[in-house]
Amino acid sequence: MGRGRRFKKLYLSKIYTFTCGKKSLFNDEHSQIGSVGFSRVVLVNEPADKFENSSENNNNNNYADNVVCSTKYTVANFLPKSLFEQFRRVANFFFLVTGVLSFTKLAPYTAVSAILPLIVVITATMVKEGIEDMRRKKQDIEVNNRMVEMLKGSGTFERTEWKNLKVGNIVKVEKDEFFPADLLLLSSSYEDAVCYVETMNLDGETNLKLKQGLEITSSLHEYDFSDFKAYIKCEDPNANLYSFVGSMEFKEQVHALSPQQLLLRDSKLRNTDYIFGAVIFTGHDTKVIQNSISPPSKRSKIERKMDKVIYVLFFILFLMSFVGSVFFGITTKEDLKNNVMKRWYLRPDDSTIFFDPKRAPAAAFFHCLTALMLYSFFIPISLYVSIEVVKVLQSIFINQDINMYHEETDKPAHAVTSNLNEELGQVHTILSDKTGTLTCNSMEFIKCSIAGVAYGRGVTEVEKAMNRRNGLEFDDIMNSPDRKAPIKGFNFTDERIMDGNWVNEPHANVIRNFFRLLAICHTAIPEVDEDTGKVSYEAESPDEAAFVIAAKEVGFEFYKRTQTSLSIFELDPVSQQKVKRTYTLLNVLEFNSTRKRMSVIVKDEKGRILLLCKGADSVMFERLANNGREFEENTLEHVHEYADAGLRTLILAFRELDEQGYKEFDAKFTEAKNSISEERETMIEEVSDNIERNMVLLGATAIEDKLQHGVPNCIDKLSQAGIKIWVLTGDKMETAINIGLLREGMKQIIVHLDTPEIRSLEKGGDKTAISRASRDSIKHQLSQGAEQLTAASGTSEQAFALIIDGKSLTYALEDDMKNSFLDLATSCASIICCRVSPKQKALVTRLVKFRTGKTTLGIGDGANDVGMLQEADIGIGISGVEGMQAVMSSDVAIAQFCYLERLLLVHGHWCYRRISSMICYFFYKNITFGFTLFLFEVHASFSGEPAYNDWFLSLYNVFFSSLPVIALGVFDQDVSARYCLRFPMLYREGVENILFSWRPIISWMVNGFISSIIIFFFCSKAMEIQAFDKGGRTAGRDILGATMYTCVVWVVNLQMALAISYFTLIQHVLIWGSIVIWYVFLLAYGAMASSFSGNAYQVFAETLASTPSYWLLVFFVVITTLVPYFTFSALQMRFFPMYHEIVQWLRHKGKTNDPEFCAMVRQSSLRPTTVGSTARRAAKTNSLSLRGSTTDHR
Amino acid sequence: MSSSGAGAGSTDSTAARRNTKRPKYSKFTQQELPACKPILTPRAVISAFLLVSVVFVPVGVASLLASRKAVEIVYRYDSECIPKNVKNKVAYIQSSADKACSITLNVTKRMKSPIYIYYQLDNFYQNHRRYVKSRSDEQLRERSEENSTSTCKPEDMVNGKAIVPCGLIAWSLFNDTYSFSVNNRNLAVNKKGISWKSDRDHKFGKDVFPKNFQNSSIIGGASLNESIPLRDQEDLIVWMRTAALPTFRKLYGKIEEDLNEGQLINVTLKNNYNTYSFNGKKKLVLSTTTWLGGKNDFLGIAYLTVGGLCFFLALSFTVVYFVKPRQLGDPSYLSWNRNPGGH
Repeated sequence: MGRGRRFKKLYLSKIYTFTCGKKSLFNDEHSQIGSVGFSRVVLVNEPADKFENSSENNNNNNYADNVVCSTKYTVANFLPKSLFEQFRRVANFFFLVTGVLSFTKLAPYTAVSAILPLIVVITATMVKEGIEDMRRKKQDIEVNNRMVEMLKGSGTFERTEWKNLKVGNIVKVEKDEFFPADLLLLSSSYEDAVCYVETMNLDGETNLKLKQGLEITSSLHEYDFSDFKAYIKCEDPNANLYSFVGSMEFKEQVHALSPQQLLLRDSKLRNTDYIFGAVIFTGHDTKVIQNSISPPSKRSKIERKMDKVIYVLFFILFLMSFVGSVFFGITTKEDLKNNVMKRWYLRPDDSTIFFDPKRAPAAAFFHCLTALMLYSFFIPISLYVSIEVVKVLQSIFINQDINMYHEETDKPAHAVTSNLNEELGQVHTILSDKTGTLTCNSMEFIKCSIAGVAYGRGVTEVEKAMNRRNGLEFDDIMNSPDRKAPIKGFNFTDERIMDGNWVNEPHANVIRNFFRLLAICHTAIPEVDEDTGKVSYEAESPDEAAFVIAAKEVGFEFYKRTQTSLSIFELDPVSQQKVKRTYTLLNVLEFNSTRKRMSVIVKDEKGRILLLCKGADSVMFERLANNGREFEENTLEHVHEYADAGLRTLILAFRELDEQGYKEFDAKFTEAKNSISEERETMIEEVSDNIERNMVLLGATAIEDKLQHGVPNCIDKLSQAGIKIWVLTGDKMETAINIGLLREGMKQIIVHLDTPEIRSLEKGGDKTAISRASRDSIKHQLSQGAEQLTAASGTSEQAFALIIDGKSLTYALEDDMKNSFLDLATSCASIICCRVSPKQKALVTRLVKFRTGKTTLGIGDGANDVGMLQEADIGIGISGVEGMQAVMSSDVAIAQFCYLERLLLVHGHWCYRRISSMICYFFYKNITFGFTLFLFEVHASFSGEPAYNDWFLSLYNVFFSSLPVIALGVFDQDVSARYCLRFPMLYREGVENILFSWRPIISWMVNGFISSIIIFFFCSKAMEIQAFDKGGRTAGRDILGATMYTCVVWVVNLQMALAISYFTLIQHVLIWGSIVIWYVFLLAYGAMASSFSGNAYQVFAETLASTPSYWLLVFFVVITTLVPYFTFSALQMRFFPMYHEIVQWLRHKGKTNDPEFCAMVRQSSLRPTTVGSTARRAAKTNSLSLRGSTTDHR
Repeated sequence: MSSSGAGAGSTDSTAARRNTKRPKYSKFTQQELPACKPILTPRAVISAFLLVSVVFVPVGVASLLASRKAVEIVYRYDSECIPKNVKNKVAYIQSSADKACSITLNVTKRMKSPIYIYYQLDNFYQNHRRYVKSRSDEQLRERSEENSTSTCKPEDMVNGKAIVPCGLIAWSLFNDTYSFSVNNRNLAVNKKGISWKSDRDHKFGKDVFPKNFQNSSIIGGASLNESIPLRDQEDLIVWMRTAALPTFRKLYGKIEEDLNEGQLINVTLKNNYNTYSFNGKKKLVLSTTTWLGGKNDFLGIAYLTVGGLCFFLALSFTVVYFVKPRQLGDPSYLSWNRNPGGH
């Protein structure tokens, strides 16, 4: 392949009857060229730099270059923009205000000690933002530096980076390369300038699209371009993928351009060795980039809730300040009555405004500001930055997970944005793309039924998954050592047919016809390797390739196609020799979605005219001749079996035509083909329809749309975890249905618009009538579905699957219907939407997101999924394939769908746990600390004097309590990864948001208040008035403050130690380290000059350390403070254990290998799962046992 | 675990390929560090509670014993030391009359030297922000900083001259005085060493002398001897270390002599300090100390209470665990099963 050989004399465009390029090209839109919106002018092959002075023709220079930039900041705007972003957060803004206020006299502490933590916090966040943006920049650079061959001034094609492309350049794109910009197709390796394009990245459709250049340029070759000049006028850049209006002036003639000539950036050249194209749109002007909306900044649910909690804290803060101010105002006012001073030592007669009894309201107001500053320790200043740091570290762990590394593509998991980690643990609905995400987009011929006999012993992924779950050591044929090297597209083994053995089968004749049909009835092109003689095929769709390959492997080798004939080698049953047969190709009756079949009419060497047809069972069985139904019953049964196994089936049939009949058909067909009226296609269809009748059934094929490794298993685990999976695919309904999401006995509710009435209306072409009828039809179908559901809900837990196609979805998503649609959808076990456009994917995602209010996860691999990924709460990109669009707009990129299991169940679960306990803990520790300040205020007539030294205050959040909490956020595990995967039910904790609902949040807050009260009460009572040590001195403010502070540091750190369930060395170091740091700080700070340390001067070294009562008191207070929490968790563990605690318990008891216990724990749900192989197996055993019981009764 | 497509087995091939993006395996990056994973098993819970009570009860007993050993005599004199006929106590205390007063303390238990003398004030907010901030540490420490009185308002200057020591704290220095006699024999009161050493050495200068003190229109509290440097004015030093709570004791001096049970101490005091404006009480306290400090049963009782509580908890948990063991993995308590509707 790719040897630069031309397919001589092969005009691909001739093979196609319907779809090929040359439709009516001139239409109304072309008249708009040159007007507003259609003003682009491209001078092909006249790069701008040559014309620097000639302003008239220098249009190319005005257009954007081909550099793509997705970064948020530039060097210049980084500082202001990121600062602005920072202070948009309420908490940060609050701290900014208090920071500014702390420079005034209002401040209860020194300004530096207040502003420093803020600076630390803001800087850390900004550094993190900067690093993330740098990474984005790197990715941009990677894309911008991809290589492409571009025509240089010298007249030769040289490789250059994508970013260097300018509008008007001519480039050569080779097979399987992406187009670097939107190109105008000039010529290709085919004579008629045809090329195949895979647009999966754009619209998700897997079949190849045929594009064709203008005839006038089709003969241009590599060396003709140096003096090729053309003048193109076309529309301005826009986001519409399917339109292109323009004209090209070449050799003094104007030719109209259509989308047929436009090759879009990020689509891929397939089955064509190379093409030449002229650059029309570059960089941000390209349609694909125009289509991509700027990535929305997503915030996780937890963070949004956290904001709410912070508002609650703010409320408490304001309340405390207000209450304090009222009391302060009253006491201040009373200090001076009728010029008599009450608290004379405060000199109320000669006071500043802040304490002036004569202006008590003003004093109270200012006091309120002071109190806000003082109690601001209620608001965890370092919470945001800690969360960001923690999330970055969590992302590193995700990136580093060796179990999510894909060896073949050398891709590890990659968390693109780090701020959604915990959201991964709360996914309620997964919206998944199919092709390339669930499947590998490769088709394998796996089974067939010929003459009513089933052949093929291959095992599908779905079956494998089920067998694995069954615990059966399935000795499948795939693993037998004598198996031949796998052939792409062929996974068929059956010794009855292989190696020519088919001749000994009872219906050898039918078998021959069967494979002959497979070898002939297609539009693939063979490519013979001249050295080895091996044949490979270029087919429009992988299914088709699979058929031709299957035929070849069995012994019907298609090796040559000409304009009018097909040649195959086939085994002669009599002579056992390979003989060459040539069939004259008379007509091709194309496949399309309404016909659901394709036929070819050929004449064999004996002059027989054969119609060979393959198609969907729904249309084929009705077209059989009465004498052709010999195998119908058996075949039908096999087809159902295959469909249940998740395979795509086609029915094969043929018909022998007599000369006369064919001639009549040919005449009509040619007439229909040549007609130019609007009816053309209907006419062709009608003619074809008439000939494709009275056929003889040969058999059926089963193709496996190969699922990615481990997909069924993964889906099974995910549904056990209670996650709902929607499949949104651009593919057709048939191909979309069977992917392992369905199981036997599952009732399907199919919503579609393929009804006769609608079709007849469509022929009429009255758009309003169509839409009205469609709307009614959908409404009716939806309500019927709902009825079915309610009818079934009473009886047993019947699982339903909803299948809806894109056209119906348009109506179902309308305002008046979307609620009933969603209600229906949410009560179905699986939902499949087929033929949905990228936009619809996004719309569905949005609908699910807003209506259910639950977390949605979008997963996809192509640019057509971008909308969905951005709309969903979390977007996951599959990075296994080459396309970068999805990955770039995703939040996490993984190489394979099956890694989703680990990503969600392990990392998601952990991150959710970590973040939520971390936030709760943050609230706890700040309330514990902040409330002691308030309690002290109560005893200081609310004057606003802090209980602690300034630097104790400001360093609390930075040093003495922040590191263990970060360790909690990064390292804590309730159970290890192994158990997360073994007990997917654990994930429910995240979906139900058990760990971060108001209950735990408030419990932690209450715990904080209790701790704080205990600390303050015991410290103040124990140190009250009597001598503090043997030396008889009493404890002043300095000693009480330091003691209380010591208690707080101990308590919050030990509380942490109690709360976490995973102690590595790191936790030990950080928890005990924080306490040690406090003492070290106390010593060091106390040793500084007294002008700096104030009342903390030598407070530890001189007074506390040598005093037994200090140590005894701290010991007592710390233990006592922990008792309530400890009792509470012991009770909870005993009476209301959470799921993870049950699993922990199980692990602790060493019962994890006891299947009975595991089953009990695993089934800890009253609601059964309805999707996935486990459910499938359960259903099977159920029906078996049912069957068994009924026989017993007889 | 099915997703482990790239197992550990392929490590060898990794070494061969340099540019692979394969994450490096380490227990740390894979989050498999050896860890201790404590859970609250019945045994752990019960032993924790028992341990706490086993430690707490003896400590409590010891503390209580220590507290009981300390002897304390508290005598409130603020109302008693105002002549009965005085209506306006504030006016009386602000007058320049001789406010000497005599009281008798009864030694209820033998007190071993040193016996500490405290004055106890009540409802006095030494922790008020205006009060606490109203001092100049620079000025107290160094003679050259005499004029840095900006933080001391309104007691910063008098007649344009800086007050040393400035500020409200110093200005309101406690000025009741006590002298003690037993059987008409004066007891010596040692006022040295009643303050913290670090204060004397580093916070109050030895060359800083009081100046212009108590010279303003309103006299606050005690005056200072201008010939004694601040570092030797220990009453001031003690007073300047502000109390944390509105009820506080401050050390007045020491009696370095044992007092026997039943002895009567005559105290002659000068009731100068105005606590009447703000309804504060004044008490005179004589107390001995132990290794734990002065007399306060609180810590001991608290230790005993919590120790007892933990013992009780340990007992009840034992009972619960043994009488009604719950079946492992009983799912009916799980939140999503408790309200099946809310999914």
